[in-house]
Amino acid sequence: MTARAPGLLLLVRRSLRQHLLSTIVTAVSVALATGLTMAVFAIRDQAYVAFTGGRTGFDAVLGARGSQLQLVLNAVFHLETSPGNVPWSLYEAIKADPGVALAIPYAVGDSYEGYRIVGTTPERFSAVESATGRGLAMEAGRVFTPEADEAVVGSVVARRLGLRVGDEFAPAHGLVAEASAPHDDHCRVVGIMAPTNSPSDRVIWIPIDGVFRMSGHVLRGTGRPYRAVEGEPIPDEHREVSAVMLTLADPQAGFFLSQRINGQGKVATLAWPIGRVVAELFDRIGWITQVLALVAYLVVAVAAGSVLASIYNTMNERRREFAILRALGARRAVVSLVIVLEAATITALGVIGGGVVYLGILAVARAVIRAQTGVVLDVLAWHPALWMTPVALLALGALAGLVPAWKAYRTDVADHLSPTS
Amino acid sequence: MALVLDIRDLRKAFRAPDGETVSIVDVPAFSLEEAAHVALRGSSGSGKTTLLHLIAGILQADGGQIRIDGHDMAALPEAGRDALRAGRVGYIFQTFNLLQAFTALENVLLGMMFGRGADVARATALLTRVGLGDRLHYRPRQLSVGQQQRVAVARALAHHPRIVLADEPTGNLDLRHAREALGLIRDTCREQGSALLLVSHDEQVLAGFDTVVDLASINRAVAEASTVERTQ
Repeated sequence: MTARAPGLLLLVRRSLRQHLLSTIVTAVSVALATGLTMAVFAIRDQAYVAFTGGRTGFDAVLGARGSQLQLVLNAVFHLETSPGNVPWSLYEAIKADPGVALAIPYAVGDSYEGYRIVGTTPERFSAVESATGRGLAMEAGRVFTPEADEAVVGSVVARRLGLRVGDEFAPAHGLVAEASAPHDDHCRVVGIMAPTNSPSDRVIWIPIDGVFRMSGHVLRGTGRPYRAVEGEPIPDEHREVSAVMLTLADPQAGFFLSQRINGQGKVATLAWPIGRVVAELFDRIGWITQVLALVAYLVVAVAAGSVLASIYNTMNERRREFAILRALGARRAVVSLVIVLEAATITALGVIGGGVVYLGILAVARAVIRAQTGVVLDVLAWHPALWMTPVALLALGALAGLVPAWKAYRTDVADHLSPTS
Repeated sequence: MALVLDIRDLRKAFRAPDGETVSIVDVPAFSLEEAAHVALRGSSGSGKTTLLHLIAGILQADGGQIRIDGHDMAALPEAGRDALRAGRVGYIFQTFNLLQAFTALENVLLGMMFGRGADVARATALLTRVGLGDRLHYRPRQLSVGQQQRVAVARALAHHPRIVLADEPTGNLDLRHAREALGLIRDTCREQGSALLLVSHDEQVLAGFDTVVDLASINRAVAEASTVERTQ
């Protein structure tokens, strides 16, 4: 006859409670291993999806000759510096191209309190759909009028700086708050955008003319310096744009445009498709996630080791216990099973805690990535690592239990029962 | 009457540190009738614990047979011995051997668990019978030495054993408690219909038994050992 299952669980529970501290510390190390491993893989893949997915609302970016990645980082994610400007004529030309459905000019280079100012046209708000399929909705106010000193503020900027409709601010030249020299000009906030969970949330939008007319800005659209004169329209030949955001009429257009602009042109670069350009970045920094994965594996190994050690350390003091259980009729296999179950239970507790660790790490990663880029990770998204990691750890934990279980199996009953007479 | 225990030509030897084989148990014949109470008189070194371990199946015999209720413990593999012990043999240790992490009730339940299964009602009844009905949830450390031995008695009887083996059960108790414990062991074994084989060197303990057997008279190994010692 064999032992009844509830009896075994009682044995397991009592033993774990008797070594409560070691049980907790071990379970915590398993929790960290589980959470860390799941987080590394989930963040890697979710970041990839979030950054390369079609959340930008555009298919391609046209900008100065140079790195496509820099262009995308600057124009789409509002990171890095602009690779330079292209003449207004190029914007007009690409806009007129039959392959282009929508072309929106950006002029960058100014900031306010560390948040970037992007000069653009009102079309940016009316014509572009965000990833959610909705238009870029306003939370308050309206879109700026092209000729006025007005601004539309992204949701994160508004919240962080406490800007409200009607507030005025002075843009600064440059992108870094400390180093920036304030312009004399003032912008009035006329609209606050609803959150889009995209990099746009971290941007202050003003009319592109406002950038051209900003005091101290020198336009080199034609190669010769030109300063805007108040009250006079700026001739097109002096205008310049940092980037042109493009929506294409069809995918083939991207291919031909890319051939034409990147293959032959010496003035401009077309970054297309945006997702591919970002994917190349991820490929380039792939070794970072490999290192993180390696660290996670090491933590898993340490956790499995600590399961082994925590139980193994109790084996000497428990020999008598095993001998008594054996004397009461427990088979060797039953005593060993108790040990394996103990290891599995500690691991299971840890795996459950690992879920909490995982959510914690992802919440922090989500907040950091959102604060740095405006891109939002889906914390609750499913990922295969979320079941593979717990299963692998449970197996490892039980496996780690086999070592002390073997020691329990070999415990000699007669030797450890009591002093022989 | 049926024999609960029937030993024939039982032999057990150990290898001494110097490599020589030392015979500890060599019992040509010994038996116990159903529900009989027999005391074995044995001093230190008479192989009494080894003999009890062999009967309980904790040790594997080198040869011979140990029939318990007709099942030959000596012929069974380890798992079979474990099962036979879990089903039919109760054991009372000099050192009680209670599990410290478990309550009195749980200790008794553990005595049943590997046999016919835990029965809380029976465990409670047994503990009440030995006078610990109000100490069910005490841990061994919270009990007096006498109370601990009573828990051990209840545990030994928990699974309706056909035979209870008691190895110096009063060795760790003072005179008063020893007498009490002995009375309790004998009474409860009688009530449960279990045979009792008690080993002791204490004449006061042995005096209470109608049948007292000298271990040296049934174990030839003891006699030989003393012969060897004399000749050396």
